[in-house]
Parts: sequence; C-alpha cells; structure tokens
Amino acid sequence: MSPSAVSLTTIFVIVAIGVAIGFLAGAHRKMDLEQWTVGGRGFGTLLMFLLMAGEVYTTFAFLGASGWAYSRGGPTLYIMAYLTLAYVVSFFILPQIWEVGRKYEMQTQSDFFSTRYGNKYLAGFVCVVGIASFIPYLQLQIAGVGIIVSIASFDGIGRTPAMAISVVLLVAFVFASGVRAVAWVSVLKDVLMVFAAVSIGIGIPYMYFGGIGPMFTALAHSRPAHLTMPGATTNLGHTWYISTVLLTSLGFYMWPHAFGAAFTAKSGHLASQRRRHAPLHHHSSLYLLCRLHCGFGRARLAQWRPLALNHRPQKLPALVPGGDRRSRCPDRNSARRHFHPDRCDPIR
Amino acid sequence: MGVKKPSVGALLLGLIPFVAMCLSVSLWDRIEPMIFGLPFNLFWLVAWIVLSSLCMWAAYRVEVARDKKDSGAQ
Repeated sequence: MSPSAVSLTTIFVIVAIGVAIGFLAGAHRKMDLEQWTVGGRGFGTLLMFLLMAGEVYTTFAFLGASGWAYSRGGPTLYIMAYLTLAYVVSFFILPQIWEVGRKYEMQTQSDFFSTRYGNKYLAGFVCVVGIASFIPYLQLQIAGVGIIVSIASFDGIGRTPAMAISVVLLVAFVFASGVRAVAWVSVLKDVLMVFAAVSIGIGIPYMYFGGIGPMFTALAHSRPAHLTMPGATTNLGHTWYISTVLLTSLGFYMWPHAFGAAFTAKSGHLASQRRRHAPLHHHSSLYLLCRLHCGFGRARLAQWRPLALNHRPQKLPALVPGGDRRSRCPDRNSARRHFHPDRCDPIR
Repeated sequence: MGVKKPSVGALLLGLIPFVAMCLSVSLWDRIEPMIFGLPFNLFWLVAWIVLSSLCMWAAYRVEVARDKKDSGAQ
C-alpha cells in the first residue's frame, strides 16, 4: 500500500468511528431540548471532564500553538498560563452558574442573563455577541481541519472538500445527539491527540536532537532570544503577556459553550470538584507542551532545510499556519526571513 | 438569587496562581537555569500547572470546611 493509501484509509476509519460514536451517544434517549443542550443535567465527573477538555483542545493545539512556538517563540508560553488560570476562575464561578441554572432550568448563557438581570434585550445582546464571536472561531477551526486533512492525505483530499465533508458530518451527529455527542466524540479525539502529540512532540526532538533537553540547549545556543519574550516579535513582551493572560483567562467563560457546559453537571459539588483537579489532570497541557516542543524544534530545524519534516520543506509553513499568516505584519515578516532565509518573498 | 459567595481564604488561594503565572512574568522569563532540559520560563509554567492544582485543592478544602460549619450552625 502506498503512503497516501495508508493515510486515506486511516482518515476514513477515524472519521467513520467518530461519526458512529457521535450518533450512538444520543441513541436510546428521548431527545428533548434539555437532553440535547445540557444532557438532561446528568453528566458525571468523567463526561464533564471530557466535555470541558474536549471543547478547549481543538485544531489550535496542533496548528496554532506549534505555529506560534515556531514563528514567535517565547510569547507562546501565554497559552499554558491562560488555560490554567481559566480553570482557577472556573472554580469560583461555575458551581454558582450551575446552581442558578438548575434552579431556574436554564439551558444557555442567554437564559442566565435573562433571568439574572431580568432583561430580555440584554439576553439577546449576549446571544448575538456569542454567535458573532463564534463565526471567526468556527471558521478558524474548519480551516484547520481542511489543512490537516489535505496534508495528512498527501493532497488526496483537497481543503475545500475536507471542510465541506467535516461540517456536514459534524452538523449531522450534533443535530442527532446534542451535547452528548460532543462529549463522547472528544473521547476518541483526546486519545488520538495525546498519542499524536506525545509521539511527535517527544519523537521529533529525540530523532533530530537526541532529546528534549538537547533540543532546547541547541536552541538556547543558536537563538537564545527565541525562547523568551518577545521572541521573534518586537511587541509581544511582558506587558503584552500580562494583559493577554488576564484578558483570556478572566474572559474565558464568556464563551457560550464553555459557560453552558456548567449546566450539564449532575451536581454543583461535582463541578467544583472536577475543577479542583482540572489543571493537574489536564492531559491536554501535556500535549500542548509536546506541541510547543515540536514548534520550537521546527524553529531550530528550519535552519537545516534538508532535515526539515518529511523532507518536504515546502510543506513546513503549511504545517504551521501561524507561520503562514506571519507575513501580514512587519514584525512577523522579519521572523519569516529569520527562519526561512530563502523564503523572504513578501506574501500578499 | 441566594448563591453563596466564595470565602476570602479561597479567593486568596486562587490569587496565588495569577501572581505566579502571570503578574510575576518578568521575574521568571529567562532561559537559565535550565531544569530537566527545559528553559526556566517553560519549567516554571509547567511547575505551576501542578502547583495551581494544589492551591485549588486547598481552596476546595476551605470551602468544604466552611459549608460544614454553616450546616452545623443551622
């Protein structure tokens, strides 16, 4: 079997299993609105955990985070801080949201604002803001899926068909099974992501540098500025770090889906208990870390073009979309020249 | 809506990770000393992912103790 046949088969099998899990998650349950949006408020610790982890760890962990580590370096560390601190925030707000949600039978973020402040226009406004914020977020995720599938299939499946197929399948199983599908499909996704992140994030440093330590030592020697802030940028320094981490961690639960996940828990106690362990149990932090390694590793690798991933250096920027977009602002352009000596043509 | 506010002790414990991982960035954003092969800033953040959990565990204990006291008083 040729490599592309292997990868196409793998993609097909994974997608088929994922879709099957999605549909099965809601089977044999009477699907009323409460079951669909908040899982009948019956999620135990495990499902809650999977839902929370699943909604946060997306294509960004694979593309955006390592792309940033590669193109910008040090500032990428903000991701590790803001996620952990968002969970700290959740400890204080989610049990309360859950309690009020159960008492007044809320299912969405807008329900909360409508009941709490007694103003349906405020609730409508919250809803509109939520949806408007979701459009670029979803666009990014779907574009990410397109990139991953087209690269993983050796261009066997183009970006546009990949995006179209994935959206149709996703909408179909979410329509059928609601929030249960989201939680259960993340089981498959998380297992695969941990496996991929560990194998790439640890494997690549070992293959090319003999370990994670030697990789960072090599990077610290050749590009020490890349490992601290502002890294390869001119403006992402400590002020930026503090304001960004505060904004993204304190504002994290403004996301309608993150907020709404609180309504799925069986008990408020559980919500806080789950939160208590969240940062530690966050396997996801582990794979983010691995991805960062990988990104930093690429920053080093890019200097030795013959060694670049898969010996297909032209694919390198495609693997790190953060890298793709650098060209739009001047400091990113310098980063691009920095790491791609022969790719300094301005990109429109 | 009658929802209990978190206690001051728990809030202070929750503040620790914010100081350690965010506000103090200029103190730890450096490469040396490298620990376990990681640059110091990366090591610091990884360590605080674990230590934040300890803080939140302590905050949880504080809240549970307060709940017990409250229900005992009633």
